[in-house]
Parts: sequence; C-alpha cells; structure tokens
Amino acid sequence: MSLLEVEDLQVSFSTPDGILRAVRGMSFSVEQGETLGIVGESGSGKSVSTQSIVGLTEGARVSGQARFEGRDLLTMGDRGLRRIRGAEIGMIFQDPLSSLHPHYRVGWQIVEMIRAHEPVSKKQARLRAIELLGLVGIPAPESRVHDYPHQFSGGMRQRAMIAMALALNPKLLIADEPTTALDVTVQAQIITLIKRLQQEFGTAVIMITHDLGVIADIADRVVVMYAGKPMEYADKRTLYHQPHHPYTEGLIGSLPQTGGRGRPLKSIPGMPPSMVQVPRGCAFHPRCGYVMDRCLDAEPPIREVHGGIDHRSACWLPPEAVGRRTDDSALAAQSARRHGGDAVIEPASAAQESTPA
Amino acid sequence: MTRQVAGEPASQVVAEPLLQLTDVVKHFPLRSSGMLAGKREYLRAVDGVSLEVRRGETLGLVGETGCGKSTLARCITRLYELTSGTVSFGSADISRLSARRLRPYRRKMQMVFQDPYGSLNPRRRVGSIIADPFAANGLAKGAERKRKVQELMELVGLNPEHYNRFPAEFSGGQRQRIGLARALALRPEVVVCDEPVSALDVSIQAQIINLLAELQDKLGLTYIFIAHDLSVVRHASDRIAVMYLGRIVEIADTEDLFTRPRHPYTKALLSAAPTPDPDLVNDAERIVLTGEVPSPVRPPSGCRFHPRCPRAQSRCHVEDPVLESKNIDEGDRAVACHFPLADGESMMPELKEPS
Repeated sequence: MSLLEVEDLQVSFSTPDGILRAVRGMSFSVEQGETLGIVGESGSGKSVSTQSIVGLTEGARVSGQARFEGRDLLTMGDRGLRRIRGAEIGMIFQDPLSSLHPHYRVGWQIVEMIRAHEPVSKKQARLRAIELLGLVGIPAPESRVHDYPHQFSGGMRQRAMIAMALALNPKLLIADEPTTALDVTVQAQIITLIKRLQQEFGTAVIMITHDLGVIADIADRVVVMYAGKPMEYADKRTLYHQPHHPYTEGLIGSLPQTGGRGRPLKSIPGMPPSMVQVPRGCAFHPRCGYVMDRCLDAEPPIREVHGGIDHRSACWLPPEAVGRRTDDSALAAQSARRHGGDAVIEPASAAQESTPA
Repeated sequence: MTRQVAGEPASQVVAEPLLQLTDVVKHFPLRSSGMLAGKREYLRAVDGVSLEVRRGETLGLVGETGCGKSTLARCITRLYELTSGTVSFGSADISRLSARRLRPYRRKMQMVFQDPYGSLNPRRRVGSIIADPFAANGLAKGAERKRKVQELMELVGLNPEHYNRFPAEFSGGQRQRIGLARALALRPEVVVCDEPVSALDVSIQAQIINLLAELQDKLGLTYIFIAHDLSVVRHASDRIAVMYLGRIVEIADTEDLFTRPRHPYTKALLSAAPTPDPDLVNDAERIVLTGEVPSPVRPPSGCRFHPRCPRAQSRCHVEDPVLESKNIDEGDRAVACHFPLADGESMMPELKEPS
C-alpha cells in the first residue's frame, strides 16, 4: 500500500466569473521515504491539489479520493484531519512569514505545536524545540528559541518552519515552493537540509515547485501539471531526457542551457488558459507545436508511453514518440505559422475557441 | 578602489565604454536611535564600485538579496543621488547634473522593472502609458503620437489594436512587454533591466528573454541586466559582475566567469545554482556557504567575505582586497581577493559544518 494515494481529485471554486476548475482529475501516489515532485506553472493547480487533500482549501468543492495509509482524508472531517495535519503530514510553504505568527516567539510556537499533539510537559517540549532548531542548522538554538520571527532572516524562518513541520516526525512532508523566495545560496542550504533529514528520518516528501532545477536535485519521480491536470508522469531522468508530452518538452526547452548563449530560447508560445474556460480537447492544444485535428476536441487520456518504467503521458502522439526533438527549426516554423510570428496570442482567443467543459 | 587595468584579449577588440562608474558610493542614513543620537549609522548599500559598461554589450549584475545590485542600477540611472563617486555617460560626468541638465541623458537611459503589475498604473490605458515619455518631453503630438505608440507596441510583440485596453487585460508577460515599449519610446542607448523576468513563469520568461535579445540586435541597445537566476544571466550577458555587500568581487566575460571562477564567493554562488539536468546534479561539488550575509550597516573588516570564506587567512581579516587583474589571468577580468582560485582549484580546506 502506498503511503498516500490520490485518485481523480477534482477541486473547483465558485467565482463571479463562473466555476473555476482548479484541479480537473489529478491522480498520484507517494511511497514511503520517496520524493515526488509536482511541477507546473502558476495556476496549474499544483498547490491546490495538495492543500485540498489536507483540508486547507476553504470554500472549495472537492471530490475524488485521497487515501493516507488507507484512510480517506477527504471524507474524515475536520477533527480527524486536525490530528493528521502536523503529526503525520507536515507542511512547509513558500512564505514562512505568513505561516509563523509574528506575535509569538518561535520557540513558543514549536512548543504549542508539539503539545497540541502529544502529552508532554512544557519543559520537555521546549527541549525538543531547541533540539529541532539545532537540527535544522540554526546557530545558538538555546537563545534563538526566544526570538520572534522578525528577528530571523528569510532562510532561518524557512529552517524554523522545517523544524516545526518535522517536530512530530511526520511520515509525509508537503513542501510547497519552499525555496522560491530565497537566494540560491540559501536555497542550496535548505534543499541539502531537506535531503539530509529525509535520509535520517525516512520521511516521504512531496516537492511542489516550478523550478526544474530543484526537481532535478531532489525528486525521484515527477508529475507535470498543466491546466489542472497531470500531463506526464516519469522518473526525473526519463522526464529530462525522454519527455513525451510537448508541454514537458517545452518547459525544458524554455530553460537557458549551458552553451546556448546567443541563441534564442525555445519558448512556448501563448500563455496558460483561464481555468474558468478551459480549452476543449487537450487543454494544451492552443500552444502546442504538434497539434493534430483530434487534439481540438478529444481530450487525451493518460497512457503508458515508451520512455522509462511507469512512464505515462496525456498526449495523442504515438507512445514511442519520446525524447527531446533536436530539430527545433521545424518546430519553430510550425508554431510560428500557427501563431503568426512571435508568441502573441490574444488573452481571449484560447477561451473563444472553447466551450466550458 | 582603483579602476581595473586589464590587458585586451587578442581575440576581440574591447568596445568603447558608454558608461563609466568611478568609486560609486550610496549610503542610506538609518534613523538614529534616541539615546545614541549623534552616532548616526548608515546602510552601505553600494560601497565603492568602479566599472565600465561598453557600447552594445549586456553586462550582467548578480548577487544575493541585499548585495546592492538594484541600488547600483538606480545610481547609474540617477534615480538615486550618489553619496560620492562619479557616473559618466560618454565623456560627460552626469553624477552632479541638475534635473534640467540631466534630462537629455535621462532619455538615453531607461529602466525596466521586475514587477509588471506594480509598474503600470491600472487606471490608465496602455496607449497612454506607453506615450508617457513623449508627453513628458513634449514630443510627437496627436495622431503622430498614436502612430509612434502603435509602432512601439508592434516592436515588442503586442497587438497595436489593444491601444485602448487597460493593464489588467494583459497577462504578466504582456505587461512586461508594455513596460519595455515605454522604456524604448525615446530610443534609449542603455536599458537597465532589473529582474525583468523573475516574476514570470518559465515558458513566458523565455519569450521575454528572446524579445530582449531581438531588440538589442535591432536597436543596438546596451543592457545592464540584473537577475538572481544565474542561468538566465549566463544566457543573456556578455560580461558579468558579481556583487557582495556593496562591492564588486569579480568581473569577467560570461564563460570565463562560469567555467573558471576566481573569487571563492563566485564559485560558491555558481555551485549553489540548481541545474535542471539530473545527470549534472552533484552534491559533492556543491559548496554550501555557512552563515548569513553580514549586515551592510557594519560590514566585516578586511575582505567582506572573510567570515564565510573557507580560504580566509589572517591577511583577509585586516586588508581590504582591491578589484584588479591577477597574474593568473591574461584576459579581461578582475577579482577582489588576496587568494584567488586557480583554474579548477577546489575550495579546500574543508568547510566548517553548520553549527
């Protein structure tokens, strides 16, 4: 049994513009001790999927299944979830300032967190807090434990958040863009720290990020999300060398590569669709360089493809069409024809072609 | 700080300097704390930077948050008054010019900012935002102004028919194009791009980077390019200056800097950058710097990097290194370090473990 098994997760919100379908059928599983990367751009639904699993999306309509050690998180109700959050599933977010209460000392917040879940004395909990702060690399933890969050630097706050998330030795750590707001040097420290703690305690990690560099570093397996759906599942090497989905290929191609100086980047034309009016057929078709007739109205199912073990993709291209196409001239010409030159798409055009699904 | 004296590499002719910075200093006074009034403290955001920007090049500025790169950019464009030092544009010293006499130079230097949401007034139509520089300088009136604005929109890849739309109707990438069109209105020679793609998604980021390169070719622009994403800076820049605590610690041609960093800080910074290729990720080569960047209010004595430097020796504690070319280099580069790294030299001795 997997540690966490999510099946056909759907999350939608009512907005003045209509129903916003943030997640439209997300499935994934996390095994004990492994790191699953979820990659996607803003609005792809990567954060909402994990937040809704642990009951942090207020006002959302959530359906599907999310079994954590066999228990369905989506149906267990608030009391049950509160016992699991923190104790069994730890969470760290992009902005530690918004997750640490500015009014209370850092140590106190960790102590409260421990005491909310375990019957230990204040003194014991305080000793644990000091030990944890030391473990995540905060210098002089015995005195720092008395500091307020504003007295910590950005990197130290993120360390404090990690200390708090790991306080009760959870089985799963959800890290939602934990290093996005940090400098690369601090980012390297935090990633090294997460990897070290993972080895020490065998914690499984879901790493949500838009940064393929972070994924290449820390993930075992990866899910690529676009427009609220999983586009491709693969281990990270397959994803990088043998991607199947044109969106994955486009993401990797958009990154500046060593030695590519002076050459234009292979950008993905256009922009992500509105989640209120998702394009018909494959949601990526308005931006896809390989678009075929059937992509316009038939949504491709997730299928096994031939890149690696357990490699799956939601694209109509033949299963053996994996790998990064080096012949970029053909692709560029094709996509330029479709889009009339440089990547300018009307904000509304994607929506006009489509009907609400 | 002295100006760097560098030999010209045989392979290329060094272009004439368009901008020349000499010992530029920008200190911000901090509010003196009651009892200690009189002992006013200063935040030394930029603390002695000398540098030249050559016509037609892209000079990258990199460094961590708070290293002074954005402040330096604002000193160059005179959005900040310098505390001391000079900035010359061509042969003219513009660092002390009055607002009126500065005006012709302002037209030649424009800025593009990180936040495409914050730098456009949401209540004004895009056409009139882009026309601002014409209005401010009393140029191109009426129908001619509209025609020029639409030309600019076309130049940056916006649909000229969207002249009457509001910023909210555009996506992040398109808003960055609007900012760019406005910056290019008066045909500047230098564009200072302060984190122009940091707020954008990867796929959109690539579109804007390509556009910047295209415009540079077409209009012969000189860029000062600030970004914290090293792979982006590497892609876009001809030369790169690395900043640490208000100083330039190393400046070199892009490939030289990336393949043969001389300053230990440069090496640590480069090794920390995530690489998107799983086969190239190598923890053994990653130098994780310990500790935090010290406060720019009271920077460390001697070399400012010495408290975090694994190679620091007693000399580094007392003697401030000068940015200069070292014997180990033939090329056009300079480093501010007493013990620069030779080619491929490792950062040994062992780094201190985090306490």
